[in-house]
This record gives sequence, C-alpha cells and structure tokens, in this order.
Amino acid sequence: MKSHYSDAPQAQPVARHTLAVLVDNEPGVLARISGMFSGRGYNIESLTVSETEHEQHRSRITIVTSGTAGVIEQIKAQLERLVPVHRVDDLTTHGEALERELALVKVVGRGDHRVEALRLAQAFGARTVDATLNSFIFEYTGTIDEVERFIKVMAEAGLVEVARTGIAALIRGSEGL
Amino acid sequence: MNETMTGADMVVRALQDQGVEHIFGYPGGAVLPIYDALFHQEKVRHVLVRHEQGAVHSAEGYARSSGKVGCVLVTSGPGATNAVTGLTDALMDSVPLVCITGQVPTHLIGSDAFQECDTVGITRHCTKHNYLVKRIEDLPRVLHEAFYVATHGRPGPVVVDIPKDIQFASGTYERPRDNQHKTYRPRVKGDLESIRAAVKLMGEAKRPVFYTGGGVVNSGPEASILLRELVRLTGFPITSTLMGLGAYPASDKQFLGMLGMHGTYEANLAMNECDVMICVGARFDDRITGRLDAFAPHSRKIHIDIDPSSINKNVKVDVPIIGDCAHVLEDMVRLWRSSAPPLDTAALTEWWTSIEGWRGRNCLAYRNSKDIIKPQYALQRLEALTRGRDVYFTTEVGQHQMWAAQFLKFEEPNHWMTSGGLGTMGYGLPAAIGVQMAHPKALVIDVAGEASILMNMQEMSTAMQYRLPVKIFILNNQYMGMVRQWQELLHGGRYSESYSEALPDFVKLAEAYGGVGIRCDRPEELDAKIEEMISVDRPVIFDCRVDPAENCFPMIPSGKAHNEMLLGDAEADVDIGAVIDEAGKMLV
Ligand SMILES: Cc1ncc(C[n+]2csc(CCOP(=O)(O)OP(=O)(O)O)c2C)c(N)n1
Ligand SMILES: [Mg+2]
Repeated sequence: MKSHYSDAPQAQPVARHTLAVLVDNEPGVLARISGMFSGRGYNIESLTVSETEHEQHRSRITIVTSGTAGVIEQIKAQLERLVPVHRVDDLTTHGEALERELALVKVVGRGDHRVEALRLAQAFGARTVDATLNSFIFEYTGTIDEVERFIKVMAEAGLVEVARTGIAALIRGSEGL
Repeated sequence: MNETMTGADMVVRALQDQGVEHIFGYPGGAVLPIYDALFHQEKVRHVLVRHEQGAVHSAEGYARSSGKVGCVLVTSGPGATNAVTGLTDALMDSVPLVCITGQVPTHLIGSDAFQECDTVGITRHCTKHNYLVKRIEDLPRVLHEAFYVATHGRPGPVVVDIPKDIQFASGTYERPRDNQHKTYRPRVKGDLESIRAAVKLMGEAKRPVFYTGGGVVNSGPEASILLRELVRLTGFPITSTLMGLGAYPASDKQFLGMLGMHGTYEANLAMNECDVMICVGARFDDRITGRLDAFAPHSRKIHIDIDPSSINKNVKVDVPIIGDCAHVLEDMVRLWRSSAPPLDTAALTEWWTSIEGWRGRNCLAYRNSKDIIKPQYALQRLEALTRGRDVYFTTEVGQHQMWAAQFLKFEEPNHWMTSGGLGTMGYGLPAAIGVQMAHPKALVIDVAGEASILMNMQEMSTAMQYRLPVKIFILNNQYMGMVRQWQELLHGGRYSESYSEALPDFVKLAEAYGGVGIRCDRPEELDAKIEEMISVDRPVIFDCRVDPAENCFPMIPSGKAHNEMLLGDAEADVDIGAVIDEAGKMLV
C-alpha cells in the first residue's frame, strides 16, 4: 500500500524469546510492563513475577514473548527505558535457557477411569497432591511443551480444571545474570 | 538538615530547593493544602491559568525556552484529566516537566470518591514516569526523584500524585544530598569505538548530510555549539527536523532548511541521495522519512540518540551511538580534529553542486498578490520586522505552523516552541505565556490559525492577569487549512466540516479580554500594523486575513518518496487532487 505512513513490513521469521527482567518491586511496576506490551502491540505468551531479593525489594519478571528480531530488540529497549527496570536479559540469546512451568491439574472420575488417570499421571512423573473418592489433583513440572503434553493426556482422563504458573527460567551453567 | 513539616510544605520546599521560580496551576479541593503552603512564601511564583491543559503547555513553553524544568500543579479528577493532553504532548516532544496532582485521601482511593480518578493509571502511558505517594515518609524523596527523572536521559513529564491526607500529614523533610534515582542511570557518554567508526564513515563520505532534531536542543546550548563546530569542520550540509530548528543557524549557507513532509526540496533530496547520514538527536519519525522503503536508499546511517529504543525503531542504522548529543558531539569534534580525515573533496564539491542545483529550484517561492495577503508573505514580513530582536516564536498546529517553520529564520536554539510529535492545536498561546514568563523582556509571538487559537483562547485572561504582552498573530484563512488541504488532496475537494464557521470578531475578542486587537487585510498595510503590534506593551490579537485558498508546499504526498515531492508552483496553480493514487488515500 502506498502511503506516507510506511507499509506494513514483509513477513519475517518470528522467534520465541524468554526475557528475565529485574525490577524495583514498587506499586504499578507490573502495570507499567504489561501496559507497555499492550500499548505497543507486543505479545505476552507467559509472564511470571515474584520478589526475588527481599532486602532490596527487587522482583524478577520472566516474560515469554515472540516477535521478529527487530521487534524483540525494540521490546528489550522499551523495557529498559522504564524507570523501575534495572536490567533486561534475553535468556534465549545465551543458548537454550532452562525453563520450567508448574501446572496443577484436577481430574474427576470413578472406578477404572480414576485408576487410569492416576496411572497416566504417574507415568508422567506428576505428584498427587490431593485425592478424594472421585478426584485427584496432580502437580506437574516441566517445560512448556511437556506441560502441554501432560494436559492434553489428562484431558482424555477426566480433566476439569488447570492452573499454570507461567515460566520460570535461568540460563544454564555457572554464569549468573 | 532535617525539619518537621507537613506534606504540603514539603512540596513547596522541594520546589524551592530545586530552584523552581514559577509553577503553572489551577486550584481545587484536593490541592488546597499545597495552595495554602504557596500562600505563605514568595520564592515560588504561581501562575494561575484558565484551563489545566494551558498549565501544562505553559510549563512546556517555559521549559523549552529556558532549559529549566516546567512545573505544574493541578487538582484531582478533572484537573488531572485536563492535563493529559499537555502531558502527552510533553512526552512526545521530550520536555522535562514535573506535574503535581492532588488526589483524594488515601482511605478513599478506589471508592469512586468525589473528583477521584486513577491519575497514575491514566497518566502511565503519557508520562515518562509517575508516582502515587501513599506515605509521608516517601514524599521528600519522590519529589526530588521526579526532578531527576524528568531531566535525566531522554527528558519527559513526571507526575506526582499526592493524596490530600498526605498533604496534611506531618513528617521529616530532608533534601537528598545527591539527588538521583536509586537505579535509573541513563547513559550519556557514547561508546568511543562507535564514535570512531562514525568519524571514519564520515571521512569517507561522498554525499554526506547531517540530519538533526530536537535532541540537540534538549541536550542544552553546549550541544548546539558543538554541532555548529562539527558541521563547519566537516563542511557537510545540514538539515533539521521541525523540533530541531535553531540548533544550527538558518542563515548559514550549509543549512538546507527543514526536511520532511513540508521540508525544502534541497533538504529532502539531499536525504534521498546521500551516502552517509549523520542523524543527531532525531528519531526517524514518519513525517520525516516518507515511504520507508524509499528512504535514503543508498545511505549508511549514523544515529546518535540518548534513548536506545529510538535506535533501529523505524529505520535500521549502521552505526548506533547511544548517548547525550553534547557528549557525543564533543568526542566527534575531538576525533575529527585529531584524525583529520583526507576528504574526497572532488566528490564533495560535486555533491554541493547538486545541492545548489536543488536549492536553485527555490521551492518556497509562491505567487504573491497585491490584493490579498498571502500567508507566506505575512510571515516573511513578520520575520523581517522582528529580525535582530530578542524574539521567541510559538505556534499552533496546521498550515500556519508549517509556513512558520519554513519562513521564520531561527538562529539560536530554544527560540522556537511548537507541538511536533502530538501536533496539538491549542499549544501555542499557553506555550507563549510560559515563554514570556521565563523571558519577561522578550518579544513572544504565537503564530496561530483561527481554528487552533480557539482551543485555548481562555489563556488570554492569564496573559492579561500577569501583564504578559504576548502577541497572537493569527493567519486567518477561515479554514482549518491543513484539513482543507488534505481534503483537496485526498477527498475530491469535499470540505467536510473544515470551514471555520461563526468565527468571533478577533479584534473585539481581544478588547473583551482587555488586550489590543489589530486587523489587517491589505498587503500594503501589513508592515505598519506589524510594527504597531510589536510596539504595544500588552497582549495583542492580530487578525491577519489571508488567502483562504493557499496550500502549503513543498509537500511529500501520501505514497510518495522524498524525490517525488510536490512543489508549489509559483507560476501555475497545482491541482493537488490529481497527484495521489487510491491506495495512498488509505492513510493520512
Ligand atoms: C487538538 C487537535 N484536534 C485536531 C487536530 C487536527 N488538525 C490538524 S491541523 C487542523 C486545522 C487547523 O486549523 P487552523 O488552526 O485554522 O490552522 P491552518 O491550517 O488553517 O493554518 C486540524 C483540525 C489537531 N492537530 N489537534
Ligand atoms: Mg485556518
């Protein structure tokens, strides 16, 4: 389209990146970050946040996002210019980051169904954290893909509810951020 | 020294400690304690505006013309929401402001109390940073931090929202010894290796051009001095964005005028054809680049910017340098001198020959008239009759703004205040008031359109109250001219709602406010009336009746690249409706 505004860019390869964002844990910081993503039209696939250094009131936010190389570069720069943000690390550029997500999965069933659900969960190495005569809650930890697979299987075995934490991630090896 | 005082007193004390002399504001229930604290002192002078948007624009004009932080004080709810346009304007144009807003008492926050609004929520996206202060212990630090954040790195507006109970609460005030933010440390020194690479690239250039912007002005007067030095040392041509005008003297022969949508032929063609572009404190805005895929296609680009997110945002550059313009320019000047690169003088001479050829096209020429005042002519006369004076210009938004940028000549930075990024009609008059407050003896002129001026006309009262002799020079074309021009271009000349119907009598309006009204509709009377306007020591509204049909050229229309610009033809009228294709009409 010809216009004084630039044309929409040609489709470019999109990649998933996991960003670790170190922030001052002050009111509104999460709104600033999520607002930046929505305001500028970027994706958030997963977001987790928790205070990691209590003394210094610092939180670590782990964001999984996807975009073209240019978009990822912009996302990092836009995050960095937020005043309470200390640093942004793209874990994906350090090689494969170690990523884990925890899911709680409730299944309901009786008799054989119930036994089958338990067997499957055990095969996946999930922990049973709650049980009643007609239900289980399993705790499962793994990569996003593993969690997806587990949930898919459980869907066949009486799944009624899922809660997922989102990703926690570190770079592998002895190096710290 | 620690002192016990109320939150309201802390606000005033912090302002004093920051050296604030003027604050623009409007009272209301949620800021009464602060107004009471202001009442008891004389160091900080409060300027009572007539609308909170006006307060913010005044603070912008004050800040841009003085290099200081602009300060604003407004009440909760409608006071804060009225300020939003001004804050957004300041964010887009990187103007350092501290805006203090009152808030309902902390225990009522979230209860939809009278005049409550989520000020930090609403202003999160239109401030550089904002704070809601819920504990008196935090107030002194936050107040000072606000000034630090507003002025460090890329400047911008900061809001401090203070609930009324915090204003009444008593606590310990201490002025921080080293005022800064605990972690925010923007980088000011550029990476020396990158600067070296830039200097090398410049040394090899055959068709170089400097493209400079508001960042040079924001960086402070030192940056302009260094820019001039570097440009003269290299002998390269230079063009500027709307926001950067004045950083380099318009009268200098190396200056090609403004670039962009209504920039000069020579500036835009130089950008189009250059092989090395040195972007200093500008951000490749869409009004500058035109079609991105055709933007400076043969160039390698150096980009100096304090904001890393500006780099590679719209245009990929080859040598990014993150840092403050003055710091980086200083290193560049030094490295250029010490390396003394052997320039390709033959190529550069040829380059200048091309540029002179484009310049010879005289793209700002227009067909003058004996019967009707052409807006360009009015501005040329205004420029000529104010030359050599201590004069500051502000503008509203529209054709008159672009003509002002083209025809006024800025020799120094900080003398030109216009709403660039947001394009806010209604900016010029309050901004002029802020400028006049900072420069009481100067001549301050708002070049206005008859439509824009009505957006913040009420500020005439402010000008009267403080005896600020601002001059409102209205290029009255009876149209929202810029809208009309686009409708001519894109919508078959159907002038939907762009005629300025039911205009007030501007002369009577001036008089109603207690100011002076002057009307001029004859070209031969223009000089005498402009002289009269200048000589009056009171606010003036000058109703300059100009040709309602004039269009602003040159212009890069939708869908076109820099080298496809439309020139106003001094000889024949251009049918601008015929030059744009269907696809180009999709977007403005
Ligand atoms: C607050 C605001 N509303 C709408 C616009 C869109 N707009 C841009 S220029 C313009 C017309 C301005 O008319 P006038 O002030 O008479 O200036 P002229 O173009 O005639 O010189 C309008 C409506 C704007 N820039 N700002
Ligand atoms: Mg008009």
